[in-house]
Amino acid sequence: MAKHPKLAEWEENELAKSLSRFPERKAKFTNHGGDEIPRLATPETIDEHYLDNLGFPGQYPYTRGVQPTMHRGRLWTMRQYAGFSSAAESNKRYRYLLDQGTTGLSVAFDLPTQIGYDSDDQMSIGEVGKVGVAIDSLADMETLFDQIPLDKVSTSMTINSPAAVLLAMYVAVGEKQGVAPKDIQGTIQNDILKEYVARGTYIFPPKPSLRLITNIFQWCGQNTPAFNTISISGYHIREAGSTAAQEVAFTLANGCTYVQTALDAGLELDVFARRLAFFFNASSDLLEEVAKFRAARRLWARLMKERFGAKNKASLMLRFHTQTAGNTLTAQQIDNNIVRVTIQALAAVLGGTQSLHTNSKDEAHSLPTEESVRTALRTQQVLAHESGVVDTIDPLAGSYYIESLTDKIERDALALIDKIEESGGVVKCIEDGFIQRQIENAAYQYQMEIERGERIIVGVNKFQIQEEKKPPLLRVAPEVEESQIAKLTEVKNNRNNEQVASLLTRLETAAQGDDNLMPFIYDCVKEYATLGEICNVLRKVFGEYKDRG
Amino acid sequence: MTEKIKKNRVLVGKPGLDGHDRGAKFIAQALRDAGFEVVYTGIRRSPEEIAAAAVQEDVDAVGLSSLSGAHMRLFPAVVEALAKAGAPDIPVLGGGVIPEEDIIELKAAGIVEIFTPGTPIDTIISAYRDACEKKSTG
Amino acid sequence: MTIDRLLEGLRQRDPRAIGRAISLVENGDESAEIILSSLDENLVSQATILGITGPPGAGKSTLTNEIIAKLRHQEERIGIIAIDPSSPISGGAILGDRIRMMQHATDKDVVMRSMATRGRLGGLCATAGAAVRIMASCGCSTIIIETVGVGQSEMDIIRLADITILVMAPGLGDEIQAMKAGLLEVADILVVNKADCKGADILAMDLEAVTRKGSATPTQVCMTVATEGKGVTELLDRIDKLDSEHRDSGERQKRRRGAHNQEVLDWCLEILRPQLLDKIIKRKLSVLGDPRLKAKKILEEK
Repeated sequence: MAKHPKLAEWEENELAKSLSRFPERKAKFTNHGGDEIPRLATPETIDEHYLDNLGFPGQYPYTRGVQPTMHRGRLWTMRQYAGFSSAAESNKRYRYLLDQGTTGLSVAFDLPTQIGYDSDDQMSIGEVGKVGVAIDSLADMETLFDQIPLDKVSTSMTINSPAAVLLAMYVAVGEKQGVAPKDIQGTIQNDILKEYVARGTYIFPPKPSLRLITNIFQWCGQNTPAFNTISISGYHIREAGSTAAQEVAFTLANGCTYVQTALDAGLELDVFARRLAFFFNASSDLLEEVAKFRAARRLWARLMKERFGAKNKASLMLRFHTQTAGNTLTAQQIDNNIVRVTIQALAAVLGGTQSLHTNSKDEAHSLPTEESVRTALRTQQVLAHESGVVDTIDPLAGSYYIESLTDKIERDALALIDKIEESGGVVKCIEDGFIQRQIENAAYQYQMEIERGERIIVGVNKFQIQEEKKPPLLRVAPEVEESQIAKLTEVKNNRNNEQVASLLTRLETAAQGDDNLMPFIYDCVKEYATLGEICNVLRKVFGEYKDRG
Repeated sequence: MTEKIKKNRVLVGKPGLDGHDRGAKFIAQALRDAGFEVVYTGIRRSPEEIAAAAVQEDVDAVGLSSLSGAHMRLFPAVVEALAKAGAPDIPVLGGGVIPEEDIIELKAAGIVEIFTPGTPIDTIISAYRDACEKKSTG
Repeated sequence: MTIDRLLEGLRQRDPRAIGRAISLVENGDESAEIILSSLDENLVSQATILGITGPPGAGKSTLTNEIIAKLRHQEERIGIIAIDPSSPISGGAILGDRIRMMQHATDKDVVMRSMATRGRLGGLCATAGAAVRIMASCGCSTIIIETVGVGQSEMDIIRLADITILVMAPGLGDEIQAMKAGLLEVADILVVNKADCKGADILAMDLEAVTRKGSATPTQVCMTVATEGKGVTELLDRIDKLDSEHRDSGERQKRRRGAHNQEVLDWCLEILRPQLLDKIIKRKLSVLGDPRLKAKKILEEK
């Protein structure tokens, strides 16, 4: 049968171009019997419906993936979220992970850092170094990336409200290593809207927060063009209990809000839109999750093209990181969690993820131990090298169920996005608590199904056993808080305090006006002004956001 | 005399900086559906704020949730803050990702009950009911 | 807590005693009588009672929070009674209004109490009224009653207020239409909150137009952005002005009398209800026959 002209066109254009720049991992992909594995399976007859709704990988509307060769070209980045205790401790863990074959770092900060408090702040009591690493000043950041070349490693940082400060510190560390800002790679989460609804590490009200985000878009466009300026996150929305369609809807609605804010500030769409990245959850409902990723990709492409008029192909592509669903991990029979994580990771891979974090089996008890982190990473490596699912693109496409579910999730998500739009936009729906209530109700319903035994969680409400053996625990020593405070005091004693004070005053003046705050913040961090000092200046000017429940 | 309608009143809140409120909200909703009046104070509260609210609302019990590993500092701090606010009799219950050996220590510090992931909601509700009733008669 | 210690606590304005006293009244405890007759009537009659009502999502709690902040600036002691509906099925309730006011939680001069409607018809008016009296007697010069403006019991509570503020916001949808008729009548001041949102001006004009129909002096609309504290000072000025007008004209006294009568009626019903129910049960009535007639007979007998 003759090749459909559109398929031939794709092969000659997108595919050929991609292959010439990035050859596939192998010259030939074969199964055990020696049969060649096709790059891309398509329906026998390619019709309009197929071309409109699926198309070919690397082609609008990107349902089948954002690159023409997908995982045949390059595997996803295996990026394990890690960080705890002190910068030195975390630095050790990062170097261990790099030795074990992770290909990107992902920094977890402790809560005081995420909320812009120094370790010696009254509000930080009990939280220093607990859920991530404590960073008070550039000195800590230097320790954190000691002997890690920032031009070779891409780093993702889970930091939102004070993202500008941590980004400035990261770039400053790079400069100290002799790495030019333009060569640093990575992603900063920088997604404040989901903090208001699902994660809680907000500092400032929405308006000034959105200004800071736009400042970062603009500054990075000029200084760090290879850095993803935001990771618009559905992960935490899903963790808070939303459904799959709600996860897509609220995430993309947030995305539209950032785009609109940047446009309103005069930024050029096709310049900043290509550096927007996404972050989704992979839960255990394998088929629904695969459909979710496909639907999200298609819907974003359509929104960007039809609503915002994006022209550059890169602006239309939803590139995403995935983390397996933390809320599905059970404290009971923790080895079962390895199986859960495998299913979830498989969903992310089949859904075409660009990078992946797999959770460790012991996380319902405490921070993961080195051993359990290794198993989590090995899970990704088994999928990548043994499962074979990476050798052909979007293998579940064309399944009646997958395609109809993809359509349904896209439809449901779009309906919610439109409802938010009609109700005055995301910020207003957050202030009203509309979005929070939707998530809360979905979470409640799900949990009640478990409580009533209508939904079975293996080892929790069925197949329970009496467990004697307790898993080994990783604890953050309480002394971390003390030593972190001591280090902070030392930094304050050894810097030019007059200079710091004058830079902070300059920042305050700039915050009262309309200037891009990034250069001011960058100057502050280089002189070792602390995270808390910088955020307190901004608190004074911007005020603080109050929980809406 | 007038109709007597004593309701169990509890406060549910999150001390510290942890913003993961799925568990706390679920407990609040489940207690409501079991007939409790639940004063919900939201995330990122100081122990003093929680104690002050508990006193003003005259609750029969306080429920805390923390997932960030800061429970050893924060839960006992709420017990102390309640005592300082003149309400040492209000029982405190807690939940979260809490290792077993911590539970023993927390109970020694005056937290009456600790729930970990996977505890059936009926167990939690009846613990709250017991705590409320014990407090009212005590 | 013994009753003597409780009364002493109330004299000391101890938050624990205030909280407990309100619970005892709310629960229909016998000691309620002693508590309520020990109050400082002078302070009760001087206090200003504000009612803040409006549909869910209008921003009542956020506005209340801002009002507290401003009044505390003037060093007033403030009471807040926040009312949320009880679930008709379980009888439980989630009382979430405090979330938006937690910044005042440790301020000793902000006395706050969340109350559930507990499915009472008029009874809520009696208990909320008692809470107002307890707070006033403990030095609160302004007491705010905040309630969702839906349902009869919420409407009744509003009658306790000297001045009633109706808070609306653009984009809340049809429910406003349904409420307009009833609530607009009881409101002294109309507030359009979220005044920076699309449709705020139109809503304000609509509201003015509706009030113009019924009266010679249309109710002027206040515009606020509670999340940013905008327009709150102006709103408080309006409240002050209206309050002193009402005090001069005797309107305030008239309302107080009306509210008092309502409270007495509610207490009658509160007291009668269990007694009557007891009588009815004792009679072992047949399910046949006219219930109304049976009621009359029971009431007639001494």
